[in-house]
Amino acid sequence: MTKLKINGKLIDIDVDSSTPLLWVLREQLGLTGTKYSCGIGMCGSCTVHINGEAVRSCMVQVSSLDTSKDITTIEGLSSDNTHPLQQAWKELDVPQCGYCQPGMIMSAAALLNNNANPTDADIDSNVTNICRCGTFNRVRRGIHLAADITKRGRS
Amino acid sequence: MKKETINVSRREFMITSGKVGAGFTLGLYLSACSDDSADATRVASDDVKAQIASDLEVPEVNAWVMIQADDRVIIRIARSEMGQGTLTGLAQLVAEELECDWSKVSTEYPTPGQNIARDNVWQSFATGGSQGIRGSHLYVRKGGAVARHMLTEAAAENWGVPMAECKAANSVITHGPSGRTTTYGNVATHAAELFPPEQIELKDPKDWKLIGQSVKRLDTDDKLNGKQIFGADLTLPGMLNASIKACPVFGGKLKSFDVSQVSSMPGVRHVVAVNDDAVAVVADTWWQANTALDTLPIIWDKGPNANESSASIDKMLDEGLTSKDKVFVGNQNGDVKSALKGAAKVVEATYRYPYQNHATMEPMNATALWTKDKCEVWCPTQNGTAALQAAAKAADLAIEKCDVYKLHLGGGFGRRGFQDYVTRAVSIAKQLPGTPIKLLWTREEDMAQGRYHPITKCKMLGGLDKAGNLTGLHVRISGQSILAAVNPAWMSNGADMFTFQGMLPEGDHAISYSVPNLLVDHAMRNPPVPPGFWRGVNINQNAIYMESFVDELAHAAGRDPLAFRRQLMAKHPKSLAVLNAVAEKAEWGKPADKGVYRGLAVCKAFASYVAACAEVSVNEKGELKIHRIAAATDPGYAVNPQQIEAQVEGSFVFGLSALLYGECSIKGGAVEQSNFHNYPSMLISEMPKVDVIVMPSGGFWGGIGEPTIAVAAPAVLNAIFAATGKRIRQFPLKGVDLRAG
Repeated sequence: MTKLKINGKLIDIDVDSSTPLLWVLREQLGLTGTKYSCGIGMCGSCTVHINGEAVRSCMVQVSSLDTSKDITTIEGLSSDNTHPLQQAWKELDVPQCGYCQPGMIMSAAALLNNNANPTDADIDSNVTNICRCGTFNRVRRGIHLAADITKRGRS
Repeated sequence: MKKETINVSRREFMITSGKVGAGFTLGLYLSACSDDSADATRVASDDVKAQIASDLEVPEVNAWVMIQADDRVIIRIARSEMGQGTLTGLAQLVAEELECDWSKVSTEYPTPGQNIARDNVWQSFATGGSQGIRGSHLYVRKGGAVARHMLTEAAAENWGVPMAECKAANSVITHGPSGRTTTYGNVATHAAELFPPEQIELKDPKDWKLIGQSVKRLDTDDKLNGKQIFGADLTLPGMLNASIKACPVFGGKLKSFDVSQVSSMPGVRHVVAVNDDAVAVVADTWWQANTALDTLPIIWDKGPNANESSASIDKMLDEGLTSKDKVFVGNQNGDVKSALKGAAKVVEATYRYPYQNHATMEPMNATALWTKDKCEVWCPTQNGTAALQAAAKAADLAIEKCDVYKLHLGGGFGRRGFQDYVTRAVSIAKQLPGTPIKLLWTREEDMAQGRYHPITKCKMLGGLDKAGNLTGLHVRISGQSILAAVNPAWMSNGADMFTFQGMLPEGDHAISYSVPNLLVDHAMRNPPVPPGFWRGVNINQNAIYMESFVDELAHAAGRDPLAFRRQLMAKHPKSLAVLNAVAEKAEWGKPADKGVYRGLAVCKAFASYVAACAEVSVNEKGELKIHRIAAATDPGYAVNPQQIEAQVEGSFVFGLSALLYGECSIKGGAVEQSNFHNYPSMLISEMPKVDVIVMPSGGFWGGIGEPTIAVAAPAVLNAIFAATGKRIRQFPLKGVDLRAG
């Protein structure tokens, strides 16, 4: 039995310790917003936050986790689509098929956590998720817009 | 275009159960059940399902339109949403004629089983070939108009006034003389009991209020917070999970597997042969199933193709480049042989386009529940009807005993026009009666069991006179036919006319140039790798061939590539217009920034006219940077311009990922690539700025999701030539030395 802290809740998990966090989220907890796509850490569809940093959850074994690790999934980003990125994504109609978008948003959210005003180069080096529909230009605009929304909210 | 008056078949609108709404609202059922998604036991109970069903007992005005008492409008959409925005665009078409309040609109999928039961009332469920809007605009607008008529008639009857005195707008019906008003929600029950009109008039496009507006997509909210349930996310009560491995060698079979090695592994319930060429492990969780499958010893009978390789396939295609066997003509005028003989200069080039995978972000999957009386399938599919047929066949049940519930697709790109994953899921479920089985492929399985973009080579010979005018052109395509493998019934006397897209004398994929002596022919060579439709195929490779070679001819003639094209386009004014638009936007003819070079491409694809002008630079290390692309589209009518922009931008990601990285090479009869590490896709850092010009000229309906892919690669290739003097004729670009000189 492992105890994890996910979206602010302490949760007991009973799985083989080699199970990746991705599959714990999806199959033990029903948090299916975190997507499986490549399983080798290449595509970013399974991105979650661990202590605020973007992590590809398909590469994290549950045995490496404990309650000192604050895990946030797309479901925990906001309760009502009000995170600045969600507002910006809505404003710009960013998603197409939408399958990569939870991971894309979580990568962008981690970037904004560390850098309130990212440049295009910051986005290029931090948001390395694959999107086959091709939402990249709206993703970029969305991140800048979310930064603006956050600034406006503070002023 | 003026108002259109069209006949309404009573039969088509009266085959309805009047007040329905339960049954095929799976999308609502799922989203309603996923609100508390942190709850591991969030599978819907039958009670919940029944409650939702009763909530949905709302009046169906006709097959397309349901209206609830609170004025909420549910529009049924038969085509599949896979990112291309068709759900929103088609709803706009219905709502335009319905005259309803757009803010109250939501959508749902009817099921293909309901479509059969109701005599094909929703017509085609197929979602491909950029057909969603252009293939159904007439009948979905009619559906909206008929519903508006019936709602208005119901209000008039309630008031005892002539219908001609009543007018509907924004979900409100007003009686002109008295000023009385009522809402759609108030009269929907009554309207549902009326006969539809015998004729209905559609609006003149100049009167459109909603069509042409950049309204927001209807499917965004749940895609921002993880609530959107894709096929891979589905959970049903009592469900088990399956992972599958099919023989990686095309045409190979399953020989044996050793269950004893995995039967005691955690969660493993069953290990089953699937059809005659695959094996699946069924377990409590998918991770357990897949972990066991990775351990399972499997012996394959590799079959007749075990020695096929990219080299052996190339040899087959090379033979076709000059052969007279199995050659079909797609376009011919004049005498190309004499023209080439008499030419002052003959330019020759041979191009090659590889196999490619669709690589949808959501791997193939389907969930099936089989009993001896019934088979139900939940899946993301581009063709609900074909999925239903595949399910019934695999279930060995009458089609009336089966149904398919569609979920939004995590990408389609043509791959989900095939239903092999449905066949697989049902074949497993049939061995475990009464247990829902969710089959999810690994990325590796998805790469190995594709329906690949077909391989072709293309040899072109162009003749120029002394003045540099094009006098003759022979295009010989050698390679694979999709139709021969997928749908031979669509072939014409043995020819696959789809292979000539972009080079045909007329139609949705007509050539953009007038060439005095022209021959386009195809030596059909079908290697044993299963081909499939693929976002943009076949125009995407043909546009690379044609647009690169026209550029080669222009340079050989010592002419500006824009001027050379224009001279051949006098009879192609719409193609010329989009070409001129991108040239103007990119300031063709004026110097670009230092080190930046431009390239052009133009074509007609899926009935739309598209062009692109790319700006690239190549540094001394040979590294390519695509700075900016100007792209113009004339789709006739532009239903939702901001979504067209999204599709055009996305088309560059798809088309340029293919150009830069896309290749499935063959070794030992199998695909060598296995995941995104050796089958990469573009990232945001590689994405150029895209200036989208949407220039609808009216009078026709063109596609949106695919056409721009065709001009993406050739515009960049022509810019690379301008930058480096290197003409790239083999793809993808990865591994090609782009250093100048």
